[in-house]
Amino acid sequence: MFGLNKKDSILMIAVAALALLAPFILNIFPNDSALAFFNAGYPDLMQRFVIFGIFAIGFNLLFGLTGYLSFGHAAFLGVGSYAAVWMFKLLNYNVVPAIVLSIVVAAAFSLVIGYISLRRSGIYFSILTLAFAQMMFVTAYSDLLGRWLGITLTNGETGLQVYNDDPQILLGNGPNVPHLFGLEMRAKEVWDIGPWEFTLPVGYYLCAVLMLASFYLAIRIFRSPFGLMLRAIKSNQTRLNYTGLNSKPYTLAVFVISGMYAGLAGGLLACMDPLAGAERMQWTASGEVVIMTILGGAGTLIGPILGSGAIKYLENVFSKLNEGLLHDWFGFMPDGLEGALVWVVSKFTGEGWHLTLGGLFMLVIIFLPGGLVEGGNKIRSWIQNRTGRGSPPADTASTPAE
Amino acid sequence: MDAIILQLLNGLDKGSAYALIALGLTLIFGTLGVVNFAHGALFMIGAFCAVTLQRILSFSYVVEDPTQKDFLGRPLKVQTPYIESWFGPDFGSAIIDWSVPLAILFSIPIMIAIGFIMERGLIKHFYKRPHADQILVTFGLAIVLQEIVRTYYGANPIQTPAPQAFVGSFDFGSLLGFDPNVVIYPYWRMVYFGFSALIIGAVFAFLRFTTFGMVVRAGMADRETVGLLGLNIDKRFTLMFGLAAAVAGLAGVMYAPINAPNYHMGMDFLVLSFVVVVVGGMGSLPGAVLAGFMLGILESFASMNEVKDYFDGIDQIIIYLVAIVVLLTRPRGLMGRKGVMED
Amino acid sequence: MSKFTTTRRGLIKSGVVGGAGLAMPTIFTSSAFGYTNEPTGSTVTLGFNVPQTGPYAEEGLDELRAQELAVEHLNGMGDGGMLNTFSSKALKGNGILGKKVQFVTGDTQTKSDAARASAKSMIEKDGAVMINGGSSSGVAVAVQGLCQEAGVIFMAGLTHSNDTTGKDKKRNGFRHFFNGYMSAAALAPVLKNAYGSDRRAYHLTADYTWGWTQQESIAAATEAMGWETVNNVLTPLASTDFSSYIAPVLNSGADVLVLNHYGGNMVNSLTNAIQFGLRDKIVNGKQFEIVVPLYSELMAAGAGKNVEGVIGSMNWNWQLQDDGTQAFVKSFGEKYGRPPSNSAHTCYVQTLLYADACERAGTFNPCGVVDALEGFEFDGMGNGPVLYRAEDHQCFKDVLVMKGKENPTNEYDTLEIVEVTPRAQVEYAPDHPMFAGGELGACNPGA
Repeated sequence: MFGLNKKDSILMIAVAALALLAPFILNIFPNDSALAFFNAGYPDLMQRFVIFGIFAIGFNLLFGLTGYLSFGHAAFLGVGSYAAVWMFKLLNYNVVPAIVLSIVVAAAFSLVIGYISLRRSGIYFSILTLAFAQMMFVTAYSDLLGRWLGITLTNGETGLQVYNDDPQILLGNGPNVPHLFGLEMRAKEVWDIGPWEFTLPVGYYLCAVLMLASFYLAIRIFRSPFGLMLRAIKSNQTRLNYTGLNSKPYTLAVFVISGMYAGLAGGLLACMDPLAGAERMQWTASGEVVIMTILGGAGTLIGPILGSGAIKYLENVFSKLNEGLLHDWFGFMPDGLEGALVWVVSKFTGEGWHLTLGGLFMLVIIFLPGGLVEGGNKIRSWIQNRTGRGSPPADTASTPAE
Repeated sequence: MDAIILQLLNGLDKGSAYALIALGLTLIFGTLGVVNFAHGALFMIGAFCAVTLQRILSFSYVVEDPTQKDFLGRPLKVQTPYIESWFGPDFGSAIIDWSVPLAILFSIPIMIAIGFIMERGLIKHFYKRPHADQILVTFGLAIVLQEIVRTYYGANPIQTPAPQAFVGSFDFGSLLGFDPNVVIYPYWRMVYFGFSALIIGAVFAFLRFTTFGMVVRAGMADRETVGLLGLNIDKRFTLMFGLAAAVAGLAGVMYAPINAPNYHMGMDFLVLSFVVVVVGGMGSLPGAVLAGFMLGILESFASMNEVKDYFDGIDQIIIYLVAIVVLLTRPRGLMGRKGVMED
Repeated sequence: MSKFTTTRRGLIKSGVVGGAGLAMPTIFTSSAFGYTNEPTGSTVTLGFNVPQTGPYAEEGLDELRAQELAVEHLNGMGDGGMLNTFSSKALKGNGILGKKVQFVTGDTQTKSDAARASAKSMIEKDGAVMINGGSSSGVAVAVQGLCQEAGVIFMAGLTHSNDTTGKDKKRNGFRHFFNGYMSAAALAPVLKNAYGSDRRAYHLTADYTWGWTQQESIAAATEAMGWETVNNVLTPLASTDFSSYIAPVLNSGADVLVLNHYGGNMVNSLTNAIQFGLRDKIVNGKQFEIVVPLYSELMAAGAGKNVEGVIGSMNWNWQLQDDGTQAFVKSFGEKYGRPPSNSAHTCYVQTLLYADACERAGTFNPCGVVDALEGFEFDGMGNGPVLYRAEDHQCFKDVLVMKGKENPTNEYDTLEIVEVTPRAQVEYAPDHPMFAGGELGACNPGA
């Protein structure tokens, strides 16, 4: 199908089904049950899932295939967001020019930064990308560039937003919120089915479609001769160079592609919520995409999506679990036990969600070197062994790269 | 001129903190081949050793004083440290006053123990894993460590002042013929610089002049061959990890009076210390020290008003700018060896 | 079985096409529904969005404590706190408009992005009708913009930048906290009394919006009374060691150092300045002085002995003697064993003010609440008589000038009140140049 082999087609269809049905899957718990707290099917979080999925898929193209660990990828996401908001400010709220420009600007930045940084490899490459990204972050945070030019370029730490007195030359009578030719991004459809409530947001479906396109493109790159060349660079660049091949154009090409993925993600973030904050360029944000990719499974197709979902879920759901809620949940227990349990659990939720995050990385990295994908494979082969199918332990364990 | 001398002093002082942290990182990287993102957390734990000792020394009993009222109008609970009631108020408060220098002794065994536990319990299993895995697992550890510290000490900074004897600043300028108060520098920062120089010298001497150091240096150069000689290199490497943790911890203890410790101070130093290590050249101890001082001094010069007037915001980007220039002109940093961490 | 929500312009709607599970967009005309998250059951949900991780976590936790206390009092539990002293008697301790008050919490991480994400989750998932809290102006402006778009009310927590009710003001957003201009107006006369009118000031300013606006305000107010501004040096937010910025101060001929820093920056820059022994020096024949225009109890505690004798300003302090303050300090202190900070006070008062406005408007509709709050005058919440000005949604009330206490008796007793500056002295015209450029726009009820 579409030039994919059978296995990849199944994967593609599975991802498409998950993405399209996410509003139902993520709101699996009835609205008035205590477990409704764990639902994630509201527009903002679903959008973040797929947007950061795009970001991580793109990062994985670079890191998973070539092994080049960029520690400054968030900078491309950031410039993508700024480009998109500037389009809103100058033209109108249509998302198409915003997304196009965000990809173009991110490509330009990644071309320059990639060209310079790829002159070094290993940790020297990582530090070069980190240095560029941090410079861009502080420049945006204090709006240094704008100060030198005497204009407001990034609007500092408040974030760039659209004001009523911006030019918006094409605005006319169009909507005053981001829209796709009149279809507003934040419009949504709410279905009440029995005790369940499902929200189907327009913005989410735009992101999901773009994510599926990005995913499809990633599969094609993975399976192409170009992808094979990138893997050769990962396994032994020196030997590759001895064969007379210049690997630089290949690495630069994938660096730019991956920067464009980041730009698209950044542009979409701005389309869903028209504000570009400088923090999304900070090194912690760059570290986050590294973590998402490795947590899910670097070099695998589906891993980055799983990883970004896990991190964003933790950030947005666990951080809201406060002691009051815990007391409600554990209220049925004897007082002493309740107090003790709430005390222990509260260290890991609410303001303690960072502890859960740090602990989770450690556990995954220690026990599942191939990330969540390897975990899934392990469970699958365990089930297969239990059910006595006795299928050979697949090639999954040895090559989590597939 | 006076401004330049001042910033040189500031640069040496900042540089000594950078150099100490980078030295520990390089020790671990050079010997064990592990990229330790938890090193900043070790620095932070060192600073909290000082906080903890201060807390222990000022552990108090409470007496309600009905003549004074607290904010709710109840009798005020007056706290008196046990140590003051045992040794008398003067000597007792003098001990509390000297808690930071005392914490040096207190922190060494703690930091070495933490280093051992980390190496044996976690790092050991990551020698053969990719660097990205090492970075991630130690980063996770750093988050866990700092969140544990936050659980006990909160997110606010905690003042751990230097002893009264070191409060105030020394007038360098009067020695050099400037007007009074033109070139002054705080006593404790001078102590910090001296202390760092001492530690750095001690580490180099240890590696240079002891048999243990010789074996470790040989191991850094070629681990397998040294192992074939029948020497137990693993045990020595564990010791090295303990040593590196102690160096980071001592850097933290002495830093506590300079800026009040808070739970995320390790993260603030983390990125910077990696830039320092890489600019110095991965695996090079002299490189780490050199780069630490160089970046410290350049950062200080970039913060001068004369420079900032000319190039607004340069103080924010100077470190990264220098890193880029160095790495583009010297592919393996200032003193790095070929083939280390290039794949 | 299907419920529609419209967007602001009410033009574009998406509807159900078949049961295939795919939403196909179609065009509908406007709907009859009132406003975002209209509470239909027996409860109403408020969103408390505070920093729970990062450097301002303690500030955020204190805000959260106050907000929980406010909910308790609204629901008629506890001793009622300021409900008993509040001049408006619309609240009866039976929730708001008869609905029991619930709350959800979120972590802003003191980042605009994260703060908007957590506010969005409260609005979209939990059905919050109001967002309250926060500990930085960047976050306040970002979340205020979001609430305006989403059609809920934003009650700002600690935000001191002129922009929040200046160029970034929004109809759906309200600020109880004071701002840089008011700090400057309150501080200037006190500084003149204490240090004279012939002083040379050196400013260190955090390099972001709040720092810039506060520095502008302080410089203008002190220059008006005869001080000279020798220099203004912008310091990077990420700085931990301020020695390079402190070292040149003495040499510049300045005799006052103004630290336009907050939080960890303030603790470190003040600690460094004391280390350099600045306050022991005599310059131009005068004692060298340090000023920290914006104080907070938690940061003063973090700076320890270094705040002794240093003058700054605050929105409110637990040591005030009026009935409202005492009632609040009593119920907060008995519940949590510590006095509330001024950001806790603001969050508590904002929650009560919101509830009261709903009662008086008879609806949770943001437009009704806006009408009820605009131009509202009240008393009994600390700070004397207060006005919520209609033109820019800024509260006007007395401002406190504080000084670091010389010999604190306990950890909460770090600051003392030097002067309560009357409201008239800190008021300004809504079109003051420092606040110019923005417009409130129309109120947005959302759906």
